[in-house]
Amino acid sequence: MTSDENNTTTIKVGAAGKDVGGYDAAQLTRLQGDARQITARYPHARSGLLPMLHLVQAEDGYVSPTGIAFCADELGLTTAEVSAVATFYTQYKRHPNGEYTVGVCTNTLCAVMGGDAIWDGLTEHLGVGHDETTPDGKVTLERIECNAACDYAPVVMVNWEFFDNQTPDSARATVDKLQAGEKVVPTRGADSVCSFKQMSRVLAGFTDGRADEGVGAGEATQRGTVLAKERGWAAPEFPAATPVPADATATPATPATDATPATGAPQSSAERPATLPADTAKES
Amino acid sequence: MSVSTLTPVLSAQWDATRSWTLATYEAGGGYAGLRHAFTQEPAAVLATVKDSGLRGRGGAGFPTGLKWSFLPAPDGGPRYLVVNADESEPGTCKDVPLMMATPQYLIEGSIITSYAIGCHHAFIYVRGEVLHVYRRLLRAVEEAYAAGYLGKNIMGTGYDLDITVHAGAGAYICGEETALLDSLEGLRGQPRLKPPFPAVEGLYARPTVVNNVESIASVPAIVMGGSDWFRTMGTEKSAGFGLFSLSGHVVRPGQYEAPLGITLRELLDLAGGIREGHELKFWTPGGSSTPLFTAEHLDVPLDYESVGAAGSMLGTRALQIFDETTCVVRAVTRWMEFYAHESCGKCTPCREGTYWLKAVLRRIEAGQGSMEDLDVLLDTCDNILGRAFCALGDGATSPVTSALKHFRAEFEQHITAGACPLDPAASALFGYPPRDAGRLAGQMAGTVQA
Repeated sequence: MTSDENNTTTIKVGAAGKDVGGYDAAQLTRLQGDARQITARYPHARSGLLPMLHLVQAEDGYVSPTGIAFCADELGLTTAEVSAVATFYTQYKRHPNGEYTVGVCTNTLCAVMGGDAIWDGLTEHLGVGHDETTPDGKVTLERIECNAACDYAPVVMVNWEFFDNQTPDSARATVDKLQAGEKVVPTRGADSVCSFKQMSRVLAGFTDGRADEGVGAGEATQRGTVLAKERGWAAPEFPAATPVPADATATPATPATDATPATGAPQSSAERPATLPADTAKES
Repeated sequence: MSVSTLTPVLSAQWDATRSWTLATYEAGGGYAGLRHAFTQEPAAVLATVKDSGLRGRGGAGFPTGLKWSFLPAPDGGPRYLVVNADESEPGTCKDVPLMMATPQYLIEGSIITSYAIGCHHAFIYVRGEVLHVYRRLLRAVEEAYAAGYLGKNIMGTGYDLDITVHAGAGAYICGEETALLDSLEGLRGQPRLKPPFPAVEGLYARPTVVNNVESIASVPAIVMGGSDWFRTMGTEKSAGFGLFSLSGHVVRPGQYEAPLGITLRELLDLAGGIREGHELKFWTPGGSSTPLFTAEHLDVPLDYESVGAAGSMLGTRALQIFDETTCVVRAVTRWMEFYAHESCGKCTPCREGTYWLKAVLRRIEAGQGSMEDLDVLLDTCDNILGRAFCALGDGATSPVTSALKHFRAEFEQHITAGACPLDPAASALFGYPPRDAGRLAGQMAGTVQA
């Protein structure tokens, strides 16, 4: 729905007084209910800001000025603070998005395997460039970075569902269907691609009940699993007689610690590649 | 230990029907690890993981159990587990299929880990660009609550745990653990100054363990099999199994779960080799942030120590394979465009350095570079490495310096010939007409053979 429908002039401020007049009374009540479900998931409400921005996109199709005011109002932040976060992340759109985001991976591996050709073909076919939307409002085209499906290169994402092993022809066929309003089915994902707004609502943490659709794993994912079975390979058996009581009873949890590092002692922060001589010198 | 076979543990059920459901997971032995963990004191569970030698599967390889043990003594306040499911390192594609196919491994591992460290609210931070994976995780958590594996008084033990699955919104930097924590707190995802480390002041400035998906998913099997069982696989210092992700110019790209220490030659044998009629040119052992290897490294055991000794890093075991049709300058330029795009801007060496590296590389790739540019590249890398705020900047230099080390002549060819000596269409999996035929004709005419 658009924010203009049933708009009234009576509701202009949210709970904390920000101007959220772009939403009518019913919309505002509904969104406030959603926002409070989001913040309830976290010990501190501000952690709900990213999902709340997804929620705004579910409502408006982008991070609208009204949506920013709404988030600020719900979380007791300034609109500048919300905007600072919204502009940091690539999934938050600063102008109305098409019904479908079509992302072509042009990071090195996909690009080399054919992603560049797919990109060239789609830009030419649709007549739009990166982060631009077709005049019919259907497709927003994006160059995207690695989406963790390199064994299915070249990869195209439609509203962040996987379209594996693509060619310029298959990608063109997909956008043609999207523009024609036909159903489009990802290779690994739900049984059909949902709209940008529906997707955004899921990313805000509101399930759409479609988790059981689609495959568990694609062919490339399963290759090692299947090969091991064919050749009779397996990990070693667990040692015999690992006792597993039917109904475990244990003493209440008492946190285990056997070290209290001084601030600055070598520890968890080492989750980064070893790049300096000192990194490997510490290895023991 | 000779490594020639696969050891599916995390991937054992990936071909099962409805593999993502709790029912399938339990039928395959799922949640036996949790039951076993609950018969022990948390300290004993921690000791098992520590003794197993499990090292962080997210890239750095820091010992997982040791990381847990750095949490300060309980002070009555909350402590958190945060699972890093922001898999974004170019080439890395193991956690996303794991969570799509069998999310319960991660849920069970999260419960056991939380029990071991005394956490009552765990978070899974998954990147926002994998919609169906997020659906599967939400559903997996729902099923675990319904079965009594999450919530209050889990399985009558008196232990309580909640798990929140949180979707990011598109930022590679959020894979850095402190940037991830800032993002989870509702801020821009920028890395924090360390110390204090997350173990002391992490999420909401409380003691926090941040671990990769594959690390946490490995915990149930370690608790079931014991540390000695885990150590029967892998090498002395790089124990256990891991997912090796083959992509690029190989006949059968995919996920191959094997003991650490397997070689690329062995993996290529399982994956059908390089595509027919071609030969290996260069590859990454663990994502684009790990220095490139070449055919001379085919027999390097893929464990932390051996890969490090050979001049790279095991990273995430993201083996991106490129054959002789691939232009290394094009590959490195594209990676640099990625790093420049993803640099968070907080520190100058990374923000400015990746910007200029990108610009100089583009000039060379377009055939407009000079020999001095090669020195500029190395000098810029020198000014980033070790001076950046976090590992993103350091990692960005790896492809540049390693490509210049192994393929300097190819950079020089671009400069002397004024064009790329290779045809990009030859690298693709399908034929396509060159967009700029004139440019290609110029390339063909150039005398660029070494």
